[in-house]
Amino acid sequence: MSGFAKPLKIALGLIVIVGLIVIPMNFNRYGLFILSQWAVMSIAAMGLNLTLGYAGQVSLAQGAFVGIGAYAAAIMTTHGWPLPAAILVAIALSFAVGWVLGYPALRVQHHYLAFVTLAFSTLAFLVFRNESWLTGGIYGISNIPRPHVFGFATNKPLPFYYVCLGSLAIVSLAVWWLIRSPWGRAFMALRENPLRAQSLGIDTRRYTLMAFAIGSALGGVAGALYAPLTQYIDPVPFNLSLSLDLLMMVIVGGAGFYFGPFLGAMIAVLLPEWLRFTEGYYLMLYAIAVMLLLIWSPTGILGILDRYLAERRTKAASALRAVAKSRLETAQ
Amino acid sequence: MSAVLEVSDIKKSFGGIHAVNGVSFDVREGEILGLIGPNGCGKSTLFNCILGQLTPSGGEVKLDGKLVTGLRPSELNKLGVSRTFQLLQVFPKLSVRENLILAGQEHQGNMASRLVGRSDAGLTDAANQMIGFFKLDHLADEPAGGLSYGQQKLLDAAMAFMGGPRLVLLDEPAGGVNPSMLADLKDRLVAINREKNATFVVIEHNMEFVMSLCSRVMVMAEGRVLAMGRPDEVRKNPAVIEAYLGH
Repeated sequence: MSGFAKPLKIALGLIVIVGLIVIPMNFNRYGLFILSQWAVMSIAAMGLNLTLGYAGQVSLAQGAFVGIGAYAAAIMTTHGWPLPAAILVAIALSFAVGWVLGYPALRVQHHYLAFVTLAFSTLAFLVFRNESWLTGGIYGISNIPRPHVFGFATNKPLPFYYVCLGSLAIVSLAVWWLIRSPWGRAFMALRENPLRAQSLGIDTRRYTLMAFAIGSALGGVAGALYAPLTQYIDPVPFNLSLSLDLLMMVIVGGAGFYFGPFLGAMIAVLLPEWLRFTEGYYLMLYAIAVMLLLIWSPTGILGILDRYLAERRTKAASALRAVAKSRLETAQ
Repeated sequence: MSAVLEVSDIKKSFGGIHAVNGVSFDVREGEILGLIGPNGCGKSTLFNCILGQLTPSGGEVKLDGKLVTGLRPSELNKLGVSRTFQLLQVFPKLSVRENLILAGQEHQGNMASRLVGRSDAGLTDAANQMIGFFKLDHLADEPAGGLSYGQQKLLDAAMAFMGGPRLVLLDEPAGGVNPSMLADLKDRLVAINREKNATFVVIEHNMEFVMSLCSRVMVMAEGRVLAMGRPDEVRKNPAVIEAYLGH
């Protein structure tokens, strides 16, 4: 996203943030639900973007981590625990499970790794469905309470939307910090060239596990917000198709781009609403749109922007070089 | 002079092929040891065994007298052993400076400070110094992938020196580099060798480069050491002429 002037970027960011706070004030219940869902899915997709986009580790299990977070939050808050405590447990649990799921990635890569994570995703779904003493089985868990924040009840859609938006803001800042730290560079090195990374002292094993664990933990955060958002959970939303949806959000938005997940989640959550008038054709249109996009730009929507900016930079640089050269020639 | 690296009886087989078949040698502190031999004689495999990229089928590697066989490449790198690769291994999308910062970052602080701290200031200085040293100033902010082959080779070497290594294994640093840039590279290697007291092992096919740079030369053929000695001795060795140099 470099190439824009810095003040312009800051102004644009402020407009978006103010817009996200002010505009939804007039939204109805359903509009706020959709927007809250966007915020929650953005968090989950950001986690997957760390694992897949930055560190290059394919995972088809992000939906399972959303499920782990959601069940942790649902079980704890229906037993009287406050949501922040539940979120911390969701983070710890999905971080730990994600760490363990990272071990196969030390041995297998690419589509083999995809299959390992796919198997895990199925396993998690079966646990949600079959261990009914804990999860309520197919009947799920209902009456999940929404939290009080600084004494304010967030039962109504608007306050809870702000809870989701605030969480998204915190996660966004944390991820921004992470990817600009040496860890972010190490993740990228892991993706681009693990062999060279190792020879530069980068402990690829530890960073791979960390990429999985942190990405999964963000899935857990998203789940812990999803449960109070819907106030009712059952195993179905956390099956493999959620993992595939999240994968698509990351790829369509632009894997390895910071803003990719926001955009990808927006398309995945909002586009079905916008295409609602097409009724039965919505999924077909959606599928065709995704296919066309990926044929045109395999690096997603932000990939298009990135290519355009890179081209402009190259042109500017060669123009500068031409000027410098002609000056040299006149000087001689 | 004491030995920095002691390699004893390293073996590596792939199926029935003995790529390295019992190689032993010492690398003395501060020297530049050349490693030559025909293609497929096991030079790069030997490097990979020493550096932990491959697990040897047998034998030992000692660094400063301590056994390091079986350590991972990243662990060896933290002990001060660095390398370059035969094929280009820079990060093409990162700028020259970012490549060097990446190459140095794991040598500062620990995992926690690399996440929480902002330790880039010192790293950027070190990267800028390295850029100046290798005369890459005008390219510092260019993506590494846009550099010429020879410039990328220089960057690759510069990256290997970022952590201040004691021992650097260079795999064909001169391959594909034009003569004027090669002179530059040699000049830089000699400077680092003298000033930083870094020890080198250099695989190279460019005889002129090897013979003028190295204090000793080891010749390998068919997975074994054929000869070891001063460049002029090796050049006259009949077995070496037969196996590699030609008449």
